[in-house]
Amino acid sequence: MIKKTSWLVASAIAVTFGGMAHADWKPTKPVEFVVTSSPGGGTDNFARVVQSIISKHNLMDQSIVVTNKGGGSGAEGYLYAKVAAGDPHKLTFGTNNEYLLPYVAKLAYKPDELTPVAAMALDEFLLWVNATSPYQDAKSYIEAVKAKPESFKMGGSQSKDTDQTLTSLIQSATGAKFIYVPFQGGGAAGVQLAGGHIDSNTNNPNENAGQWKAGAVKPLCVFSPTRLQEGPKVTAAMGWADIPTCKEAGIPIDQFQMPRTVWLPAGVPSEAVAYYADVLKKVSATPEWKEYIDRTSQTNRFLAGEELKKFIASDDAKNRKVFEQEGWIVR
Amino acid sequence: MENFASLLHGFGVALTTYHVTLMMIGVLLGILVGVLPGLGAPNGVSLLLPLTFTMDPVAAIILLTSMYWGALFGGSTTSILFNIPGEPSSVATTFDGYPMARQGQAAQALTLAFLSAGFGALMGVILITILSSWVAKFALRFSSPEYFAVYFLAFASFVGLGAASPFKTIVSMGLGFAFAAVGMDTVSGGLRLTFGFNELLSGISFLIAVIGLFGIGELVLTMEEGLHFDGIKVRVRARDVVKTIATLPRYWMTLLRSSAIGCWMGITPGGPTAASFMSYGLAKRLSRRKDAFGHGEPEGVVAPETADHAAGSSAILPMLALGVPGSATAAVMMGGLMIWGLNPGPMLFIERPDFVWGLIASMYLGNIVAVLMVLATIPLFASILRIPFAIIGPIIVIVCFIGAYTVAGRPFDLWLALLFGVAGYLFKKLDYPIAPLVLAMVLGDKAEDAFRQSMIMSKGSLSIFWSNGLVATLMVIGLALAFGPALSTLASRLARPKTSSVAA
Repeated sequence: MIKKTSWLVASAIAVTFGGMAHADWKPTKPVEFVVTSSPGGGTDNFARVVQSIISKHNLMDQSIVVTNKGGGSGAEGYLYAKVAAGDPHKLTFGTNNEYLLPYVAKLAYKPDELTPVAAMALDEFLLWVNATSPYQDAKSYIEAVKAKPESFKMGGSQSKDTDQTLTSLIQSATGAKFIYVPFQGGGAAGVQLAGGHIDSNTNNPNENAGQWKAGAVKPLCVFSPTRLQEGPKVTAAMGWADIPTCKEAGIPIDQFQMPRTVWLPAGVPSEAVAYYADVLKKVSATPEWKEYIDRTSQTNRFLAGEELKKFIASDDAKNRKVFEQEGWIVR
Repeated sequence: MENFASLLHGFGVALTTYHVTLMMIGVLLGILVGVLPGLGAPNGVSLLLPLTFTMDPVAAIILLTSMYWGALFGGSTTSILFNIPGEPSSVATTFDGYPMARQGQAAQALTLAFLSAGFGALMGVILITILSSWVAKFALRFSSPEYFAVYFLAFASFVGLGAASPFKTIVSMGLGFAFAAVGMDTVSGGLRLTFGFNELLSGISFLIAVIGLFGIGELVLTMEEGLHFDGIKVRVRARDVVKTIATLPRYWMTLLRSSAIGCWMGITPGGPTAASFMSYGLAKRLSRRKDAFGHGEPEGVVAPETADHAAGSSAILPMLALGVPGSATAAVMMGGLMIWGLNPGPMLFIERPDFVWGLIASMYLGNIVAVLMVLATIPLFASILRIPFAIIGPIIVIVCFIGAYTVAGRPFDLWLALLFGVAGYLFKKLDYPIAPLVLAMVLGDKAEDAFRQSMIMSKGSLSIFWSNGLVATLMVIGLALAFGPALSTLASRLARPKTSSVAA
């Protein structure tokens, strides 16, 4: 709790300073929102929600064009931003894949060739099983997996991405061993779980909410330091806040979350960075943003400036450790 | 029966002047983006999406789906007139549609295409209306092995068809698989065949290949043959359209079979492209006029168009009921649903019946509006062919390159399209079939992913492909389609010489 409050205070300070600097710079032509996923993906949804809020509340004088550059798991968009060095009219929307992708694939950009502007939310990860599965809690499920190594199927989005990283963390934290099956995205992994073709997945709340409501899948625990926010009940018996954290449930993993990030190309004026951070901060204060966060059950946390850099450094180091252990890092 | 009550309620929602006007605007915009190769329905819908943020969800989805129908129809227009498929799923329409146009039957080909497309779409919507809950449950039974079996079925129904030698078909298909493999690999997470080109990270767009292979390749060939379209002399009269409408019932068998294939492929995410190829393949196999296919056989236009639209409309169902988009356009619309505050998934039907049934009702109305509007445009489009080639040729080149650029807004794609154009010309000159390449390019990476996911699930055992009744049935039908013709030829050859050894 103390940690959370200090985050809030820190980001509030960062924003106050950001707000002071912004008057110096303004976009002079339409701003391009580069989305590092294909249409319909989580990142696409994030960018388009931001776009709709900005245009609804007139937070920016210039118009916005959204383009999807989701090729190569998003690398296409980051490369596009690298080539646009010095252009402050191109905002790139992504996740932590900006600094994680270059570890696992040989790409023509380096993470520091983009300028971080803000992280606007943390998407949560949960452990889900099929609703008809006999396991009522994470502990008994993990025990069952441990008893029969490499026979339980864990599904997720493509290889060496967040879902597989988390699966690897679960494996080293508990000693269980899964068969990891990579699908095209979390949506597909959700349907596979509902159909009983895999035994579990680590989908974000939004990816499985519909199936949970319909009684096809059930959550066992959430990889968050605290329980999710209180909200209306999703099923007759449970709401998001009733799901135990994985730590309480016996999986010793404190926290695994994915930041929703916004970037500018390298070499842009620091006033431009402050300007966009300020606009995005205003976006995150609107009721529409709150509604988006609630609907997708993410954690609302706005980070900019030094706080953001610190967050990125620690998230980067944490993931890198897993990648090294799994031998995913390319040279 | 309760579905019909809901549908009637849906018509109540959809049938307002405002909504019908939106339908007409959507269809018109759709025809426009469909006619321009490269722009296509997914791009068109994502361009239009921001405008819908302020609309209510029902009006917004009506506008977007109407645009989708319009684009599907527009895509067939360019396939028939210029051999340039505006949409991936209208590639199979070029096989007989373009020869018909060259023989001066452009109006007939367009009319047949639009009417059978409308019929297919209606069958798809009727399926959704009657069986929505059953279909959603059925789709849940599909996992990677079943997906692979569906793709295998599509390949199997198409191989061994063409007049070209089987070896040329295999070479062409192999190239298609190689192109499909370019870019980031889902299963291993690594990059393949990019040769250090950043532009190849996202793979080779299927549309670029089609624009080059069909559009530019065909133009070069036409120039070589003497700079003219044969359709020039033919005048198009409204009477031709009416006359052709009267011939449609003749193809009832093809219409029904193709609708069934289309609905099946739309629900099991084989998609419209696979459906149109498979339907064309089967129509040719089962036809008494096999040899006429590829040279302007009307049935060769009816079959792929019906299946394409049946699949296109029934693909909306998995999107609404499961949250799994069956096509690129459906994916964009799904993004829209979330922004309008709706969560696609099993609960959408229960929580927002007004939205779902309003949408389904609008699919009936939208398709009828679309058919009427495109039929009215036939004389206009067909008269384009009367413009001298010396004028229309360069315009097509420009449209092709604009189309190639609009796919992703990258200059690199222009070079790629040119390269594919040269390849298309060589293919035609050397008598290699292009269709197997196209099919392999569309389904290759999906089939590969499904196969490798199955192998991970089964720890490398092929037995997963007959581990349950569903997948086993699909595989058996697929194998029968793939090897049936070869086996029957073999059998008749063995049976013919009466003196042949008994041991055989």
